Amino acid sequence: MSAAPTAEQLLADLPPTAAVWCSGLRKRYRKRTAVDDVSFTVGRGEVLGLLGPNGAGKTTVIKMLLGLVRPDAGEVLLLGRPARDPHSRSKVGYLPELFRYQPWLTAAEVLDLHVRLAGATVPAAERRECLALVGLADRAGDRVGGFSKGMQQRLGLAVALVARPEFVVLDEPTSALDPIGRADVRDLMLSLRSRGVAVLLNSHLIGEVERVCDRVVILDKGRIAAAGTLAELLGQRELRLRLDKVDDAASARLAAAGEVTSDGDLFTVALPADPDADIVPDLVADLVELGVRVHAVEAGRISLEERLLDILRTGTEEHR
Amino acid sequence: MIVLTMAALTLREAARRKVLRALAVMTFVLLGLSAWGFYRLDAEFGGLTSGEARLAASIVLNLVMFGLSLIAALGTAFLAGPTLAGEIESGAALAMLARPVRRGSVLVGKWLGLAVFGSGFVAVAGLAQFLIVWITMDYWPPAPATGLALLAAQTTALLTLGLLLSAVISPMASGIVSVGLFGATWIAGVVGGVGHALDNESVERIGAVSRVLLPTDGLWRGAMNAFQDPAILMNLGPGMQGHPFMSDSSLTWTYLAWTAVWVALVLGLAGLAFRRRDL
Repeated sequence: MSAAPTAEQLLADLPPTAAVWCSGLRKRYRKRTAVDDVSFTVGRGEVLGLLGPNGAGKTTVIKMLLGLVRPDAGEVLLLGRPARDPHSRSKVGYLPELFRYQPWLTAAEVLDLHVRLAGATVPAAERRECLALVGLADRAGDRVGGFSKGMQQRLGLAVALVARPEFVVLDEPTSALDPIGRADVRDLMLSLRSRGVAVLLNSHLIGEVERVCDRVVILDKGRIAAAGTLAELLGQRELRLRLDKVDDAASARLAAAGEVTSDGDLFTVALPADPDADIVPDLVADLVELGVRVHAVEAGRISLEERLLDILRTGTEEHR
Repeated sequence: MIVLTMAALTLREAARRKVLRALAVMTFVLLGLSAWGFYRLDAEFGGLTSGEARLAASIVLNLVMFGLSLIAALGTAFLAGPTLAGEIESGAALAMLARPVRRGSVLVGKWLGLAVFGSGFVAVAGLAQFLIVWITMDYWPPAPATGLALLAAQTTALLTLGLLLSAVISPMASGIVSVGLFGATWIAGVVGGVGHALDNESVERIGAVSRVLLPTDGLWRGAMNAFQDPAILMNLGPGMQGHPFMSDSSLTWTYLAWTAVWVALVLGLAGLAFRRRDL
C-alpha cells in the first residue's frame, strides 16, 4: 500500500521534463545532408533562439521535432514523450514559416478547427481573446482568403497559442509583420516566458533573438556551430581606441590587455568576459605614460550579429 | 474523432469552394438538356411502341447517367487532388499535422468527406434525372437504389485513386491522371464489349483486365444494368452485345467484394505514402 504514494511522490519530486530534448538528429535529402548530428534541449519556460544562414537546416530541425519530417537518425522527446507518439504534440503550438490556413474558413473557424484537432477544450471567450491578442478581434468572422500576408501570420500566431500550449515553435514569426507587429510578437514571447511556456524561435532578425532569447543555438551547414546562453556567446567585450604615436612598448602594453587588432590609428582590444573594473583606466594611464596620444576610448560589447558572423566565418574556415 | 472532424472540414471545403457551384451548374445544364431531349423524344416519336420507347429511354437514361458519373468523377478527382497535395504544397497541412493527429486519421477523414460528398451528389442528381425520365417518358428504372449505390461506389473508387495520386504527385497531375485512367478504363470496357460481341477472347480480356485494375468501369456497367429495362436484353438478345450504353449482366458479389478490397488497398497505400512523406 505504501509503495503507490512513494512512487507518486517520486514522480512529483522529479524535475519537470524539458520541453524538447533531441539527440543526434540527422536528415539527408538525396545526396545533400540537411541536418547532421544536431542535439539540444529547450527547458520549460525557456526561450531558445535558432540562428544560422539560409539553408543551415533550421526549418528541417523544427519539422523533425514536430514529426513533419522523418529523421534518418536521432531521437526527439517532446514534453517528455517520444515524438513518434502524436500525443506528444498535444500541448505544442506551431507557427510554420510557410503559414497558410484554409482560405474558405473564417479566422474564428480556423481557431475552432485547431482547438478540435488539439483535443483541447477552450471556451469561446478565450478563443476570441486569442484573436484579440494578435490584433484580429474585429476580423474573426472574415474569410482567411481575404487576409493580407501579415494578417495571416497574425492568425498563425493565434493558432499556435489557442490550445494553451506548453511549448511554442515560431518559425520566422515576424517575416510578414510591420514594426509594430514585430514589437507585439516580442512582447508576446516575453509574456509566454513569464508564464512558463517554452519557446523555440527561428528568426533571421538577430536583434529580435538578442532581446528575447535566453539561449541560442547556431546552425551552419546542418551542424551546430555554437550554442550557449547569450552571456556565454556574447560575454566578450571589446575596447576601441584611437591612438597616435604607438611604439613597441605601447603595442606590448595593449597586447597585455587582450588580443589586439588594428586598422590605421584604430586599435581594438578584446577584453575578457568579466574584466577587472580597473582594466580600462589602468590601460589608458599606462598608454599616456608611454607617450601615446589618446584621441578616443570607447568600450563596446560584441553584438550577436558580429559573433554570429565570426562563428560562421571561422566555422567555414575550419571546414576547409 | 479526428476522422469526423476532417470529414466535416472536407465537406465544408467542398461546399465553400467553387467546385460545388461548378458541379451544380454542369449538372443543371445536363439535367436541363436531358429533360428537353426526353420531352422531344416523346413528342417526335409519339408513334413508338412501348418496347421501343423503353429501349430509347433506357439507352438515353444510361447515356445521361454516364454524363452525371463523369461530372461526379471530375468533381471529386479535382477535389481529392487539392485537398491533400494542395494543402501540402501550400503549407496549410503543416499547422494541422503538427497537432496531435495521426496522418492516417486525417487521410481517412478526408476520404470519408469526399465519399459522402460524391455519393450525395450522385444520389441527388441521379434522382432528379429519374424524375425527369419518369415525367417525360413514363419510365422508372428497375433498381434505382442499387444503380445509384454502384455509381456512388464508382465515384468513391475514383476519388480513392485521386487521394493516392495526390499523396505522391502534384494536385493538378493527380486530378488529370485519375480522370485519364477513368476514361481509359471506360474505353477498355467498350473495347472488351466489342470483343465479347465478336467472340474474340483476347480483345474481350482487355475489358476484363481493366475492370479488375480500376473497378470504375465494372461498377458503371453494373449501374447501367440496374437502370435499364431488363426486358430489352431478353427481347433483343445478342443484338445489344457490345453496346456502350447497355449492360448485359448485373455485378457478381465477388466483383463487389473485390471492389471493396481494391478501395481498402488503394486507401491503405495512400496512407502509407502520406505517412512516409516529408512535409
